[in-house]
Amino acid sequence: MPILLFSAPLGFALLAALWPGERGRPWIVTIAGAVQLLLVGYALTQPALVAWGGWLELDPVGRIALGFTTVLFAACSVYVPGYLKQRSEKSNRVFAACVLAFQGVLTVVILAHHLGLMWVAMEACTLATAPLIYFNKNPLSIEATWKYLLVGSVGIALALLGTFLLGYAVLCGGGEPTLLLSELVEIAPRISRSWLHVAYVVLLVGYGTKMGLAPMHSWKPDAYGEAPGLAGALLAGGLTSGAFLAILRIFRVCAAAGEGAFARQPLIVLGLMSMLVAGVFMARQKDYKRMLAYSSVEHMGILVLGVGIGKLAVFGSLLHLINNGLTKGVLFLSAANIHRAFGSKSTDEVRGAWGRVPVSATLLLLGFFAITGSPPFGPFISEFTIVSAAFSTGQYFVATSFLVLLIVVFIGMGSTVLSVVQGEPSVAGGGVATSERWLTFLPGLLLLLLVLVLGIYIPAPMQRLLHEAAAWLEGQ
Amino acid sequence: MDKIVDASLVLVLLVNFFMLGTSRMRSVINGSRSQGIALALVSLFVHGGFAWQALVIAAGAILFKGWLIPRIMFQAMRDVDIVKEIQPLIGFVPSLLLGALVTGLAVLFAHSLPLAPQHVGSLLVPTALSTVLTGLILLTSRRKAITQVVGYLVLENGVFIMGLTLVHAMPFLVEMGVLLDLLVGIFVMGIMINHIRREFSSLDTTHLSQLKE
Repeated sequence: MPILLFSAPLGFALLAALWPGERGRPWIVTIAGAVQLLLVGYALTQPALVAWGGWLELDPVGRIALGFTTVLFAACSVYVPGYLKQRSEKSNRVFAACVLAFQGVLTVVILAHHLGLMWVAMEACTLATAPLIYFNKNPLSIEATWKYLLVGSVGIALALLGTFLLGYAVLCGGGEPTLLLSELVEIAPRISRSWLHVAYVVLLVGYGTKMGLAPMHSWKPDAYGEAPGLAGALLAGGLTSGAFLAILRIFRVCAAAGEGAFARQPLIVLGLMSMLVAGVFMARQKDYKRMLAYSSVEHMGILVLGVGIGKLAVFGSLLHLINNGLTKGVLFLSAANIHRAFGSKSTDEVRGAWGRVPVSATLLLLGFFAITGSPPFGPFISEFTIVSAAFSTGQYFVATSFLVLLIVVFIGMGSTVLSVVQGEPSVAGGGVATSERWLTFLPGLLLLLLVLVLGIYIPAPMQRLLHEAAAWLEGQ
Repeated sequence: MDKIVDASLVLVLLVNFFMLGTSRMRSVINGSRSQGIALALVSLFVHGGFAWQALVIAAGAILFKGWLIPRIMFQAMRDVDIVKEIQPLIGFVPSLLLGALVTGLAVLFAHSLPLAPQHVGSLLVPTALSTVLTGLILLTSRRKAITQVVGYLVLENGVFIMGLTLVHAMPFLVEMGVLLDLLVGIFVMGIMINHIRREFSSLDTTHLSQLKE
């Protein structure tokens, strides 16, 4: 079963790469999305999934990540045919195949319990998404792809170094070197402390680069700004979540070694720094796609901050992982629709989106309220959980900075979003003034409804899973 | 056995300095190639005696790092018709000094941490760290896209050496996956290099500075 979970999208990727017709190919992605949704839905009802002698295992955090990334992928897969139809001047072979291959290797990242295998899959994620960023094939997208490849490759190379250092830490502790997560957790108390510290820091920098935490976030605004909105949604909701999962698993080893307190400090620092950088660059941001990139930097910061704070904040952080992934889908897909309608992504030229693409403009506005933590949407609950945990554990400085930075981001992001949606529709730019198609706004609408539901009511099984995952992470 | 390992590691270190000090792209690519071959020797002998795993990894290192990847790089170099790195962001002599500094730091660092008993006095860990740092210097201080990619290769070579300390924990399937990822990565970068040249009629990555706040 675990093998089927990732081989299904990879098989569809192969099919898409070989499929002869340009018109039929986008629908392969949609079918794959539906199939994947069914497979994962079935897999999540199974009590335990292990394969390849423990190399693949669906742990509680993995269940969370697998669930929401599949929902996001399914929504994006519905968006694909409508989008590619409007871009029919280009061949969609590479695009469709890479979207599917990305989902396949991301599923491997989520399932992998061998740190080496997880690394290989993470690197494959990077390579599968590079052609997506390059889809527009102009000088700006070349620059964005080049930066993405170089920065991402260095980050991922450091992650491999960290993985080896972790193995070496076991060797120095007198154990038989292993990179299997379950064995690492078991022998964690005997691991050499100093090498474990070095390995943790290097791994954090490595996977933190892939996650886009400040100050390693430099690839993010360029890549998200130039990539098609669909690729942005998959990167901001899928790839970065996979990297976060990698960090969580390393954290699990540290917690089992009794080094939880050491591991938390850098998470708090990186988290607050990411929120600060995002707040600074979001103010007066004229490019609304780059603004979404900084929003992603901010929320990656919130995720690690929650784990850094500990206790109930870990629960909040895991809930936020879901909320952020789904809301990012709403934001990127609606921003992509606006981008296409106006042919520009600068607020100098894009005004009055309400007049031209009313549904997408409304989705962008509601998505903005959701992601900035306004009730009644899901992120409000998760951010509230994190901040109240910070107060209740006496981390007043962290809690206050968190609140202040949330307000700064709200103001910065709000001014850009409002100037996009409000006012008289601008005539500048060379967009296509067509009416909206349901295929391009329905996915965003459904995702937003999910985010809304999560803000009002969290189903009992999901609540149980989140608590279980938080306990798993702390090594209880 | 240990003599061969140490000699190969010293070669890797010397090549690090050679690459930092040269402006000719052909030499830089050849440098990374010779490192790849030296790494194959190290992986063959590092555990004393021939294990079939070590043999496969060594063969993979020669195939990918010693042959395929340099081929891609040379092809890219011929396509774009550029032979020299002119005016790097950090000059050749300063890069050399920086290289010496990070090598010294790597040795100090490896000595200040407790090594596993079988690696005390071995050059394995310090060479790994210093090669990683050399790769970082090359990557950040050079302007031409090809030299940057070679910098990434050197960085990856350093990581590979670190991986040799734990052949038993890294099953060769994973090791092969790592090499394959590297190859595909270089291949994709090669394609991008071609597109950079076509779009900007140059390989100077300083042209890639349109995207900023």
